[in-house]
Order: sequence, then structure tokens, then C-alpha cells
Amino acid sequence: MSKSITLDQPDQRNLLDRMAQGTIGKPVNRLEGPDKVSGVATYAAEFSAPGAANGVLVTSTISKGEVALIDEASVMGMPGVLAVISDQRMIARPAQGGAGEAPVQQVKQIDYWGQPVAVVVAETFEQARDAAKRLKITYNADDMSDVVLNPEDADSWEEGPGTETVEQGALPQAMSEAAYSVDATYTTEGHNSAPMEPHAALAEWDGTKLTVHASLQMLNYNIDELADSMGLDAENVHLLSPYVGGGFGSKLGISPDVAAASVAAMQLGRPVRVVLSRQQVFQSVIRRTETTQRVRLAADADGRLQGFGHEAKVTNLPEEEFAEPVTQASAFLYPGQDRVLKVEMGRIHRMTAGSVRAPGEAVGMQALEAAMDELAEESGIGPVELRLRNIPERHPSDDVPYSSRRLAECLKAGAEAFGWDDKDRKPAQRREGEWWIGTGMATAARIHNLSKAEASVTLMEDGTAVVATDMTDIGTGTYTILGQIAGEMLGLEPSDVLVRLGDSDLARGPGSGGSWGAASSGSAVQIACEAIREELCDMLGCEDEDLTLKDGFAIHNNKRQSLPELLNGRSIEKLGKLKPGETEDDFAQASYGAFFTEVAVNAYTGETRIRRMSGAFGIGRVLNEKTAKSQCMGGMVWCIGSALMEDMMFDHRDGHLANCDLAEYHVPVNRDVPHLDVIMVEERDPAASPLQAKGVGELGICGGAGAICNAIYNACGVRLRSFPMTPDKLIDHLPEI
Amino acid sequence: MKLAINGTTRTFDGDPRTTLLDFLRRDCDLTGTKKGCDHGQCGACTVLVNGQRINSCLTLTVMHEDDEITTIEGLGTPQDMHPLQSAFVDHDGYQCGYCTPGQICSAKAMLDEAKAGWPSVVTEDLTAEIDLSGDEIRERMSGNLCRCGAYSNIIDAITDVKEAAR
Amino acid sequence: MRPFDYQRPDGLDHAALLERDGGALIAGGTNLLDLMKLQVETPDTLVDINRIGLDELEPTDDGGIRIGALVSNSVCAADPRIRADWPVLSRAILSGASGQLRNKATTGGNLCQRTRCYYFMNIDMPCNKREPGTGCSALNGRNRIHAVLGANENCIATYPGDMAVAMYALDATVEIAGPDKASRSVKIRDFHRLPGDMPQRDNVLEPGEVITGVTLPAPVGGTQLYRKVRERSSYAFALVSIAAVIRMEEGAISHASLAFGSMAHKPWHDPRIDAALTGAKPSDALFDKVADLLLENAEGYGENDFKIPLARRTVKAVLREATGAST
Repeated sequence: MSKSITLDQPDQRNLLDRMAQGTIGKPVNRLEGPDKVSGVATYAAEFSAPGAANGVLVTSTISKGEVALIDEASVMGMPGVLAVISDQRMIARPAQGGAGEAPVQQVKQIDYWGQPVAVVVAETFEQARDAAKRLKITYNADDMSDVVLNPEDADSWEEGPGTETVEQGALPQAMSEAAYSVDATYTTEGHNSAPMEPHAALAEWDGTKLTVHASLQMLNYNIDELADSMGLDAENVHLLSPYVGGGFGSKLGISPDVAAASVAAMQLGRPVRVVLSRQQVFQSVIRRTETTQRVRLAADADGRLQGFGHEAKVTNLPEEEFAEPVTQASAFLYPGQDRVLKVEMGRIHRMTAGSVRAPGEAVGMQALEAAMDELAEESGIGPVELRLRNIPERHPSDDVPYSSRRLAECLKAGAEAFGWDDKDRKPAQRREGEWWIGTGMATAARIHNLSKAEASVTLMEDGTAVVATDMTDIGTGTYTILGQIAGEMLGLEPSDVLVRLGDSDLARGPGSGGSWGAASSGSAVQIACEAIREELCDMLGCEDEDLTLKDGFAIHNNKRQSLPELLNGRSIEKLGKLKPGETEDDFAQASYGAFFTEVAVNAYTGETRIRRMSGAFGIGRVLNEKTAKSQCMGGMVWCIGSALMEDMMFDHRDGHLANCDLAEYHVPVNRDVPHLDVIMVEERDPAASPLQAKGVGELGICGGAGAICNAIYNACGVRLRSFPMTPDKLIDHLPEI
Repeated sequence: MKLAINGTTRTFDGDPRTTLLDFLRRDCDLTGTKKGCDHGQCGACTVLVNGQRINSCLTLTVMHEDDEITTIEGLGTPQDMHPLQSAFVDHDGYQCGYCTPGQICSAKAMLDEAKAGWPSVVTEDLTAEIDLSGDEIRERMSGNLCRCGAYSNIIDAITDVKEAAR
Repeated sequence: MRPFDYQRPDGLDHAALLERDGGALIAGGTNLLDLMKLQVETPDTLVDINRIGLDELEPTDDGGIRIGALVSNSVCAADPRIRADWPVLSRAILSGASGQLRNKATTGGNLCQRTRCYYFMNIDMPCNKREPGTGCSALNGRNRIHAVLGANENCIATYPGDMAVAMYALDATVEIAGPDKASRSVKIRDFHRLPGDMPQRDNVLEPGEVITGVTLPAPVGGTQLYRKVRERSSYAFALVSIAAVIRMEEGAISHASLAFGSMAHKPWHDPRIDAALTGAKPSDALFDKVADLLLENAEGYGENDFKIPLARRTVKAVLREATGAST
């Protein structure tokens, strides 16, 4: 039995606030926490499979051309080596998020340095790793003079697939007539998701059915991607990802390890485990594109934007249909009737560009918010005040209203908590020893996405509940919030709800991506619980409003009955289905917030350290205060990385990634991060989801690097427009010492 | 050769290329110790060898004859957690959980190092007693990357345990 | 990692013999195993010297201290004598790597740490250090972390470590045992090499030679600083580092010893700098002169050009702090 809701109208019922259990929103500890801290939570490569062989990928050492010969004999005689496989079912690139079909598979046609070419399988990992390094491959390389490797050499620029171009009014005229204007170009470098768990797959084949333990974010799409790649029916593919050691976009689609392990298991008739090396995670999965962004802001004498332009250049491999949607938040965040928004894409032969945490806003917002700071200075209006004056009434292009939007509240609450001085913004005024001290702020904005989702909930005869969906928890807190939602609806403590995730045999969820997971799968759980409540009402002969479920008891008409007693030996299983509906088009929906930070810039060396950072965020209903704050904190740490250190350094001669490990591609370490203050601004958004919740997983990374950029300027008077803002970029601009 | 893992004697006679990390994960079925980079660049594989924290990916099993190894499984279980494990749960000092066992093993040894009076690079006076401030803990825990960005909560968790031990 | 024969020698002489016959010594292993996994290093024999002693710090007759080759970085940095009398060494060690790595890394091994050049570590790239005669990929490639002093077209790699930089400033001596009980001492400032026409050789160790320890001369006191510049605040190699030992008497510098890290194929020490400082009164003009001496033949290769102004400014920061001049 199932119940389905299509969100064609805002869901004003506010069901969760009407319930009695009181667990929703509470800072409940993660249900799976004890397993994680004790090391018994099991990740993809860690499942036991007796007799499993080990595969190691071999990747291309040329940038463009084809494989002429794989000399299998060069390794087949080595101890333990079982097979060298270069099969047309393997994948040359990862699937893009939500592809639902096989990615480019011709592993012998080389399109980038680091492309998977073959997998070497041996009895042990040590044997396979050695043989993979020693496998001799001959290539026919293309004439490199014809191969475009670098963004600056891209010869044609197309409208970014999936991005929206807006050309409205006359921006040049608005710029020339503006009382205050900014026309600035910013650059960002490539970013790697670098999840702590490398991509890994353990595949087993029984002759009919393929079972793969993998580290994947979106099983509902992954199953079709893998089935399509292998030429199997989707019903013969079973994926399991109960724990995922971080994804940040890089595990949205199937990665090369998944296909390679599957092919090898099918060929050898025994389980095969393939784990990417850290270098392969860097070189053979996905990158966030570098960007060049021109921002034009035209304001009137009061600082109100009349003209607004944000144009970006991004890159990807030929045939890829993903373009970093850099201007995604620019479309709705600020006013300006004269508008230009555009994302152009150039085709280059570097590794696949794809979704990395908050594709679009992560890099778009930091440039935009740096430009807003330049406008604040130009106009003499305080940075917070300038932003408060530029909150549009309706979407500036689509002319629809906003759903809930607590941007002004976030700006004010954040400023107050931080102790922000909006008036005195003169740079290079505060010095402590060797360090220039400065503050900066930025707005956070990230589009809200809702996705089709199904979840099953069973109220067991013993009065506990089971939630089951193929949804994943990649560190987001999904186990816990789904337990809280079911607990709230059914009157149970979350610990009495067993949440089963990451199994493709279960009800199809939305997967973890685009910050849609909680609102979408959580709504499906809520809907299933509604159906269970309806059945309980039928049993009791009452209306839902008259039924209270709390602490394992059903209370109706002054009668309190335990659930086991009421259920009398039976259980109730319901499937909840959520479908996005017209509210998607009827409202501009996004999560908002504000960042405030204080930095120290070394007057001698240009090293920047973050001394304080806080954020205030409005994300609709907060489902779990603890995990929601953690998501925001995590995003803020990424802001620090993006602002100060993260930079994929490609070699311009062959397009290979030079800094392909965690020693040379720097992600923030503990010492880079001060105590982070996060304020959740209470909100309900009935247009966003039946839960009245919006996305939170990516909001914290959308704009904060701009706040750091602005703080660096305030500290030392150097306005950098190039991220990351490393000492080499600052050094020539710092005041004399 | 023999070595002790979480108090149990184990025998190793395998491929000398086997790192301590791979031995633990594969041969001992102790998968709580994680492989994040295999090159000593992330700290996910941190274990205690004779009480000291090391990266188990950068040492060979064969080099550890008669050593006593403690992994996350040896610190506590879900039913009987070590105070650090409980504190990580209470403070949400993790998200995806993959770096977590390494963080906790590292924190355990780090507290012991401080107790033994070991300085760090942020210690102002190298000859004074160690005051394990937030900055000290941040520096000393910087060999454990957390890409989810739980650092702020990790510091809170460790600080709690440090205070309780006073 | 290629298969190897694992050997555990029964003593120093045995270790030296195995090394002479092509074995690679493994102590902490934090660099060697890293490179073996990448097949940058492919020894046939791995000689585990962890159980042959050499793990003590002992005072020397002239008031110095001898640090055994197998003393771990952690133990060395935490040793009360080092902290009190040679603090620049503690600070340098503690600024490197992580707690976990310092617990394994050893004094001798750290001196032999190899470069972090991206191309050296990638066996699919030409590299004269790894495969002489194949060319230097960094010269026209990604070279932000590379050398600006003493490099040539053969190799622009840097020595990446911190500990040795402090030892250069402290004028340490490396003690080396050879096969057949031969032994010699080498001033640490002569231990590492510039690339010249043999970039494959990082130092002067000959086959069969084993570092047995490092001796520090008697303490000179003064202010001892180790300044490490990097965009990530910890667990990162230096862009530029400076070890400084400066003693002041009556307003003038009575003792000065400076060494520079991550700027060359070896930690950089220029006796002219120490001479220029010694006996002089601190002034910005003096500090500029030091920077001029340091950088007189500096050459950038593109992305690392910034190291030249960065070093100049860092020199000033360190000397102002060490001499008590105002910042």
C-alpha cells in the first residue's frame, strides 16, 4: 500500500509541528555514531568476500590517442596475476550525477591523461599493484599540436549545457549610467572532492546477478548506469552502499572502479575488489572546473542594483553534458532589470569535469560576493546594508515570488553574533605584531532542489518501526533524520526506529546530491508515516487530528493504548512517494545565509590564517540541529580551502594533474580552522517540501570564500581576484615592510 | 613472526610488502583502521604501536615483530565506548565516519604525548609545562584530515575528554 | 611496490654490508615506503635497521650532544636538552609533517628525505633525478615548489625537510659508518649536494655507508627561531623556511647563523651571511644586505619566482624578531 504526494501547492499542513513526540529538530546524536567511532561501520572495500581477487586500475600516460597494444605477457607471468582486462564494458570516465546511463566506455580511445585503460587482477593487492605499475602499454598518440589541453587555448565556446542564459535590458547602458559600478573578472582553480574514502567496489557475479558493494551517492541512478555499462537488466544488478566515506559529488555517478570490478568478477567468476589509489581519485574521477568570471554590478545612488551581469567560462571534456552552473544563484539573489547571465563552456582534454560540492554556487558565489564587497567600498555603503538593500521582491527574470527567504534575518543575526561593524571599513587599519587583521562578510545562497523519492516505513508488531530506502548517508546525517521524522510521526524515539539505507533492493530514494536528500527522502518517509497513521485511525475510528502518538502509545479520546496492544500481532507497512510539482516553477526556492570572518594576513609572507568564522543560515525546517550545524561547518571548512589553498595544478603540456595526492593538493587541516559558530535561523518553507525543509548540505560552501577574500582586503588592503589567495599572489601587493 | 593486536597474539608470515594497514584490514579483519591515501598524507590509518601513534600505511607488518598494536577496535566497542568515542558521538565530531577511527586513535596518543610533556610547534615556551589549549590540540591533530570538515566539533570532543581527565 | 628480500641485520657492520650490495636501508620508512609504492624506489633488498641501536641522545665531551641516527623525530624534538639548548632544532622538527610521521621518522632517515617534486614522484614523467638523462620536467612545468638557488637545467628540485635546516644553522656534523668498520664525519653543510650534473645524488653517502648519528656542537644560546612559510598552517612542506640562531651582546649581534629551507637542492647556508651579521648592529640596511647576499644568484623558473621576494621578506621578519628590532 502506498501514499503519494505531488507538491503542486505549498504544504501548509505543517504536520511535524503538530506531532507530539518532540524529537524533530532536536540535536539527536547520530544513530550510527557508536558504530562509526568503534570502527565497525563497514565501507565498500571492507565487506568480506571469500576468495576475492584484487584489481588495480591502469591509467593512460598520454593525453589523446589510442591504445595500440597492451602487452599482457609483460605481467601475466608475475606471481598471483590472474588477468589483464581491457574490456569494452569498462568505463573511461565516471558517470555524471544523475546520468542513469553508461558514461563514455571506450577505454582504449584516450581523451585525457589518467584515463582508465585496463585493470590488472591478482590474488593479492600487493601483487596487483605491482603488476599494474609494470604493465607495458603502447600508445598511438595524436599530434599534440591539435589537442587542446588548456582553458586559455579552447577554440570555441558553447552555451554551457544545462545552464540558463539571461539577456535582459541593456546592461552596458546601466553600467554607464550607474552611480556606482563594478566590472571585475575573477578566477578560480580546479577543485577535487577528495573524499576520505577512496572510490572502491567489491563485485560478485553468480552467473545471472551482479552484486556490488560500492561507495556511491545515488544508487537509484547508479543501478541504471552500471546495468547499461555491463549490458545487464537493471533487475540483475544489486548495489550496496550502507556507508559512504564522503562523496562531495565525486560518487554521484559510477566511477571506474565499479565497472572494472564488475567486469573482472564476471570474467573470472569470483569476487573482485577494486579500490582506487589516492592518486587515481585525483586523476581519474572528477574535477571541478576552473572558472573565469566577469561580474558587472550597476547600482544607483542608494546602492540598489539596476544592472547585474555574471558571465563565466568553464571547461569540460568533449561529449560531457555537464557545465558548472556558475551563475545559478546569481539568477535569483540580486535585483537589476538590466541583466546578463551566461555560462560558456570550452572543450579541453583534461579529466572529466563534474559536480563537486555545490556545483555552481560554490565558485559563483565567492566571486559575486567579492564583487559585492567592491561595490560596498565604491558606494561607501556598509557591506551588510548593501546586501539588505538588494533583496528583490520577486525573481528578477522569472517574475515569481520567493518561497520562504530569511536572508535579511541571517544577515542581521550573523552580524550581531559576530560583532560586525558595518560602518568602519577602511582597510589596513589593524595590526597585531606581524599580522594585519581584517574582517569580511558574504551572503550564502544555494538553490533548493527537490527530487522524486520513495521510502517504505513499517510499524512493527512490537511497536518499533523500520524505515527502508536505497537513499544513502554520506555523512549527511540521513540515518538520524529519517529516524527522527518517522519517530515524530509515529510517536517513537529515534532509537526505536531502524533505518535501513544504501541497498538498491529497497524503495528508490533520491540519492545524496544537490542538497536534496533530506527534504526529498524525508518527505517520502513522512508520507509513508501519514499512511500508517491513516490506517491506525481506521482501526481506532478517528480522524488524524484526534490521534496522538507518543512514546510508543496511541492516545485517542482520552484512551492510551500501547502500539503493540493496538497492533495486536500485525505490522503495517506503507510506501511513501514524493513527487516534485508545480511549486518548483511557482516559487524561487533557495537556502540563504551569511558568513562573517576575521582573518590575519602576515605582513611579511602573505600567509593568511582564519581567526574567527561564523555563519547564520536559513534552511527551512531544521530536522536535527546537531547534524545540520555540522553540515554548515563542513561547508565553511571548504570555504577556507577554496579561499586559501585548493588548486588542481595541471601540466599545460599534457594536461596531467601534477599535485595528485593529499600532500600536494592541500585541503584544510585542523589548525586551519578556528572554532566555527553556526546559527540556525528558524524557518518553515511549505513550498520547498512537505517537511517544510530545504537543502543544507551545500549552503555552507556557497560564498564564504568571498567573505575571506573581503577580509583579506580589509586586513591588508590587497584586493585579490584570483582564488586561492596564496602567499605567491599576495606577496607583490603587500605594503612594504 | 608474532605480534600482538589488541592484546591478541597474531602470526604473520605473508608477503613482506604487506603494510601493517593491509594486514589489519585484510588478514585480521580489523577494518576499523582506514585506508585514505596509503601514503601518510591523511592520518585515517592511525594506530598505536607500543602506545605511540603512527600511520599504519607507511610501515611494513614484518617490521613489527613482538610489537603491541592497538586499533580503534581495541579502544572500545559500540556497547562499551572509550570516553573519546563517546565524546565524538556527543559532539558530532565526524560526519561520514571514515577518518574517525584515525582521529580517535590519534587523539588518544596525542593526549598521552601532552601528558608526557611533549611540545608542539605552537608551544611558546619549549621548556615550560604543556598547557593543552585549543590551538595546541588543533596543531597536534593536524595530521588527521577530515574532508567533511568536522574539525571544530573534533576539538570540542577532545577538549571534553581532556577536561574530564583533570 | 616491487618484491624485495627483507633482511634484518644483526648490527651496524652487517647493515653496511647489505647496503653496499644494493640493499636499501629502512628506518622509519615514512619516505622510502611512500616512494616504493610509487615504484620511484625499487630496492631488491630492504634492510631493516630498526633494531640495531643508535637510538640514544648522548652528551659529547665538548658540551655538545650526539643524536643517534635512529632517534625518532618526536623523541629528538621532545628531549629536554634539545629543547633547552638547541631549541631551533625542536622547533624545526615540530614544524614538519604530523605527530604520527614524526613518531616514525628518524634522524638519519630525515636527512636522506627525497624531494617532493611532482615529476620525481610520477614514474611516467621524465626526471633526471629518478632516471638520469631523461630531462627535467619541472623546468618548464609546474614548479611552484621548486628551487631558486643552486639549481640548473638538470634539476630544480628542492630538499623539502625542516630538521636538516636547523642542523645547518647549528653547524652539526654527520657521523657515517662505512663497510669494514671505516667511519668518517662530514659537516652537515657538506652532506647534501647541489644537483650539478648528478641530480640523482642527493648527498655524499657512498655505497655501504650508514649514517650513525648527528652531533651538535656545544650550545651557543641566543634567540633561536625556525620560521616556516606555507599556505596550509600545518602538515605541509615549506614554501620557504629559515632557521636562525642569533645572539646579541650590548646591542650588537655576537653570533649569527642562518640556514634556509625549500629554496635549493639542499638546505642553504652561506657563510657570508653569518659573517655579515656577526659583530654588526641590527638595522634594516643590514637585513637587506643579508637578503642581497642570499639572493644574489637566485633564479626563478616561472611559478616559483615568488620565492625570491618571499625569502627577502621572511629574512627581514626573522632577523627583526631575532634581534628584537621592531616589527
